[in-house]
Amino acid sequence: MAESFLLSFQLNGEPVEVAAPPHYTLLEVLRYKLDLIGSKQGCDKGDCGACTVQIDRRPVLSCITLGVHVQGREVVTVEGLTRPGMHPLHDCFDKWVAAQCGFCTPGILMAAEAYLSAVGRKVTRGEVAEALASNLCRCTGYTKIVDAIVEASELMAAEDEGKDDHRRAGNPSKTS
Amino acid sequence: MLRLPRFGVVTPQTVEDVVAAINQPGARIIAGGTDLLPNLKHRLEQPALLVSLSQVEALRQVGRDDRAGVVRIGAGVTLTEISENHLVRQLYPSLARAAGIVASPSIRNMATIGGNINLDTRCRYVNQSEFWRSAIGGCLKSEGTLCHVVKGGRNCVAAMSSDCVPVLTTLDATVVLVGPAGERRVAIAEYYNTDGVRHINKEPGEFMTEVQIPVPKGPRRSAYAKWTVRKNIDFPLVSVAMRFDLDADSPDARMTDVRVCVGVLNAKPRLIRRTESLAGKRLSDRATVEALCQLVYKQSKPLENVPYEAPYRRKMIPVYTRRAIEKMLAS
Ligand SMILES: Cc1cc2nc3c(=O)[nH]c(=O)nc-3n(C[C@H](O)[C@H](O)[C@H](O)COP(=O)(O)OP(=O)(O)OC[C@H]3O[C@@H](n4cnc5c(N)ncnc54)[C@H](O)[C@@H]3O)c2cc1C
Ligand code: SF4
Ligand code: FES
Ligand code: FES
Repeated sequence: MAESFLLSFQLNGEPVEVAAPPHYTLLEVLRYKLDLIGSKQGCDKGDCGACTVQIDRRPVLSCITLGVHVQGREVVTVEGLTRPGMHPLHDCFDKWVAAQCGFCTPGILMAAEAYLSAVGRKVTRGEVAEALASNLCRCTGYTKIVDAIVEASELMAAEDEGKDDHRRAGNPSKTS
Repeated sequence: MLRLPRFGVVTPQTVEDVVAAINQPGARIIAGGTDLLPNLKHRLEQPALLVSLSQVEALRQVGRDDRAGVVRIGAGVTLTEISENHLVRQLYPSLARAAGIVASPSIRNMATIGGNINLDTRCRYVNQSEFWRSAIGGCLKSEGTLCHVVKGGRNCVAAMSSDCVPVLTTLDATVVLVGPAGERRVAIAEYYNTDGVRHINKEPGEFMTEVQIPVPKGPRRSAYAKWTVRKNIDFPLVSVAMRFDLDADSPDARMTDVRVCVGVLNAKPRLIRRTESLAGKRLSDRATVEALCQLVYKQSKPLENVPYEAPYRRKMIPVYTRRAIEKMLAS
């Protein structure tokens, strides 16, 4: 009956084209067609957040998103959370030992990154708890995860300021 | 691992093309998919074709139409967008609140208002895996022939569990449907019936393009009460929407018109009757608030269709109603 769909979208900053059956979820396209197994298949029905990825910079649950729905859009998975050197979230998760089994970690990193990038400042523990309300962790009791994200927010905000200074220094006419 | 059944998908770009697509046999609308996909993974349905609204830009607008005296919200607007929209926050704070506490943040980024209004009804005996249901032989809403909630019942009483619907009912919203015969408008209070299997009064070849909400004509306060086990992710166990029109813009003003709607009872949201007895009274008066809570309590009889015992849920209805009013008055 249903033939494969040819999907083209931006994945972790690069254009991709992939053929997938129309009844595949985005999570299945990522894991089974593109071999990106960082996003986890947990409850597979919207309850746990292990499959969280970003579409157009907002966190969504890839287990209940049709693959077809990312046509022409920008998807970032945990594999795309890279930069020269370590990402502040990686650094802080390491420092605070914010993962035990690690199954929830990719989803939490993607929800946290979307939130911290959107607000661009130091956040409070309460704000982190609200922003991560889609993500369950069965191991850590959340304390260390929240500690790590609060510290990462400081580092990311400091980085942003650095960038602004840099921009100002390079192009004085644009300061305002 | 929960796999989806096989189906085809089309992604039309215009309202006309959506109508043509949904009039094919076995076709079904998908918006965000956050309700439909879990249900398909549980094999509650097996549609041949999903008609995706994801590419229909025309359904993604929110705008004020002063000639008609309404705000129009496209069916494809997400719940995150609604909860953040300045017009909605300013004119309909109870809707902004309800949309902003559906499920969890990541789900609200995908979930649409059209999907929330057309949400399937829910029941502890049906929102389960096919394997789980096979142990009880299914029920009227799945593979079986009887109801486990109302023993001997011939009618499914699965619960209308949308957070936005009771609120939209108190705001006198209108649903706009488009089908092969053109456009049709239905008051949201008339959009549902008490049959949990087919609780929406919509023809199969029709779909919803927008919801329209009248702009308030005078001072107003509104509130939404939701009780869940966890603060996030869960569907409501108790849900009460309230709208109070006032004779002056002050917490001490007299009420001129009151509308209260309760969800999660059966398949149809319940508009509370006899609220006109509160006209002329003040919300700042404790006895008035108590009278309102009693009115809601008497007319709301939860069933054992969603988690938690029905008598407990019934007791919680006035409790959460009172708390929501207190919070509304304090803000
Ligand atoms: C873990 C979890 C928790 C949840 N918690 C809540 C909650 O607390 N409160 C709540 O209200 N909901 C909750 N939901 C349900 C759901 O996420 C929301 O109701 C959401 O708004 C549905 O929108 P959607 O766009 O994803 O709908 P879809 O799944 O795409 O569609 C839902 C139904 O509506 C139909 N439909 C969609 N759009 C239209 C249209 N324009 N015209 C006609 N029919 C249409 C579809 O055919 C389908 O039958 C939860 C879901 C999950 C997975
Ligand atoms: S109310 Fe009865 S028929 Fe309906 S879903 Fe529940 S058990 Fe099934
Ligand atoms: S795997 Fe997607 S929410 Fe659990
Ligand atoms: S570290 Fe194991 S689930 Fe979070």
